[in-house]
Amino acid sequence: MSNAELEIAVDDPTAPEEDSPSVTSNRTVDVGVSLLLLALAVVLAWDNWRTGASWDSTGPEPGYFPFYLSVILGGASLYGIGAAFLSRKEAVETFVTRAQLRRVMAVFVPTLLFCIAMQFLGIYVASFLLIAGFMRIVGRIAIWKSLLTAFLFSAVMFVTFDIVFDVLMPKGPLEAAFGY
Amino acid sequence: MEALGLLLHGFAVLLTWKTLALMMVGLVLGVFVGVLPGLGGPNGVAILLPLTFSMDPTSAIVMLSCIYWGALFGGAITSILFNIPGEAWSVATTFDGYPMAQQGKAAEALTAAFTSSFIGSLVAVLLITFLAPWISSFALKFGPPEFFAVYLLTFCSFVGLGREDKHKTVIAMALGLLLAGVGMDTVSGQLRMTFGSTDLLRGINFLVAVIGLFGISEILLTMEERLALRGHAASISLRTVLAVWKDLPKYWMTLLRSSVIGCWLGITPGGAIAASFMGYNLAKRFSKDPDSFGKGRIEGVFAPETAAHASGTAALLPMLALGIPGSGTAAILLGGLMVWGLNPGPLLFVEHKDFVWGLIASMYLGNVVGLVLVLSTVPIFASILRVPFAAVAPMIVVSCAIGAYAIQNAMFDVWLMLGFGVVGYVFKKIKIPLAPFTLALVLGSRAEDAFRQSMIISGGNMKVFWANGLVGTITTLAILLLFWPLIDRLVASVSKSSAPAAKAEA
Repeated sequence: MSNAELEIAVDDPTAPEEDSPSVTSNRTVDVGVSLLLLALAVVLAWDNWRTGASWDSTGPEPGYFPFYLSVILGGASLYGIGAAFLSRKEAVETFVTRAQLRRVMAVFVPTLLFCIAMQFLGIYVASFLLIAGFMRIVGRIAIWKSLLTAFLFSAVMFVTFDIVFDVLMPKGPLEAAFGY
Repeated sequence: MEALGLLLHGFAVLLTWKTLALMMVGLVLGVFVGVLPGLGGPNGVAILLPLTFSMDPTSAIVMLSCIYWGALFGGAITSILFNIPGEAWSVATTFDGYPMAQQGKAAEALTAAFTSSFIGSLVAVLLITFLAPWISSFALKFGPPEFFAVYLLTFCSFVGLGREDKHKTVIAMALGLLLAGVGMDTVSGQLRMTFGSTDLLRGINFLVAVIGLFGISEILLTMEERLALRGHAASISLRTVLAVWKDLPKYWMTLLRSSVIGCWLGITPGGAIAASFMGYNLAKRFSKDPDSFGKGRIEGVFAPETAAHASGTAALLPMLALGIPGSGTAAILLGGLMVWGLNPGPLLFVEHKDFVWGLIASMYLGNVVGLVLVLSTVPIFASILRVPFAAVAPMIVVSCAIGAYAIQNAMFDVWLMLGFGVVGYVFKKIKIPLAPFTLALVLGSRAEDAFRQSMIISGGNMKVFWANGLVGTITTLAILLLFWPLIDRLVASVSKSSAPAAKAEA
């Protein structure tokens, strides 16, 4: 028999509250996205028209296929705007609550900073900072654990990609100091 | 049989220490990915794809497909022990699997899940072994119009048969096809939709998009949830395994039914989720005691798991034979093929025999090894869940960034990945489906080439798509499928209005 009594329990100290107020409804986002897609469709259709969306002696011009796709995309987006406005269901659906948005931003902003840092510090140092910082701040994990995990992970990545598989990654001053 | 001989050759390709080691690595990574919350097959394959760039194609595909099998096995662990479906198609497994775990029968439920996954995959692989060479040899006669018709059929079946809002599927597909067209036009060499950007010149790389859509966006979505969890730990003893296996023959009908459903829905796009629910519901309907379902009945684990795995595996059939992926993961594997310089499609069976049969052989071997692996190491994998998500999330972000960068050594791709991450997050929330988006991205340029070549052949006459019986049938079928919801409604209303009339006559 299995020992089913053994429980596994993991906590989430910074979990979003259940009763957090809604930031925006699905309908608002749906309309917004549809408008953006419509704008994109118009821009792409114009660009493809400029490239040439008709026929020449050799067959369809390069813009032919994408031009008509832009028209389809534009049409579907227009329909989408109308459908979203009429949808009662989407109006009451919460797109994201304030607490959820805070958590999503807690991943997104560090990821953004990581991508920026990657260009100056190299990917391995940046990943060390990202993992250690994230574990400490979002996960409230002990500092030594965070630092150790981050160091080990970055080191393993460095060995795997740079040394074993020979995949070149952006590197920064630290790697340069060690001669890589 | 020719297929058997080729298959044996495939095993010979496979049986080197290096390949076997890669298989094990792939399986372990796969189960790991499957167990982690919020990550599943497509995400795992997308994130780990860059690891394979420096390998030869056969080793690479063997490792990637093993990641996929592993992820499929791993999904069952969380469903049963924690009531958290790792994937949408594991939802049906929780119905009876979790109650079983609560009753202290976690080991039985896990054994049942793994075994039925194995059986489902095996049936689908058998189907692939014998059907794929036949379909591909048939497809070798296809010209551009036939190929375009098949692509059209794939796209239309997504619109017609998908459960999302039709216009949202159309948006997803049109956008995917457009993005696939960015960059240099393959026919004329002219630039399109680059707006003077040198970075866009190379086009939007499919894998970069996929890493963003499935990796980054999944992290954002997962963070919204409360990530605390409680569940049972379990270990499986040999005695439990044998006890469950001894009872297997009793459920042959359920297993067979689910396998057939799975294979069928797997070949048609977007199937695994529908397959698992259909397998479960049919098992319940045909059962002598339907009320006991949902309370921890072992059949309720057998049915959806078999169907989901049969479908997940069968999705590779159209990819191998025609170059058309049947699922999101298959689309990513297809993207991988192109990175390794292989042209997916029927020619694969002629030009790269080693590769194709090595892959098919790896499906057999991967599933056997995977079954043994998960049965013996469940406790270790279950304890992976003890690792807090706050540690896992940044590691996944880093892996995604490495993957996106490594594809073309371009920083621009990392930003693109981030952009696609946000797009994926928003799309998922407002229910614009990602599967057709991915499919359109990967098939876009090939569909366009096929279309333009057909147009050049015919001099711009659309009649080329009805030029002979074969292409005409496929095209007509595609258009029928596109308007299927309308036709379905029409038929329903006709039969409804005629039903009372029939009653009145009687």
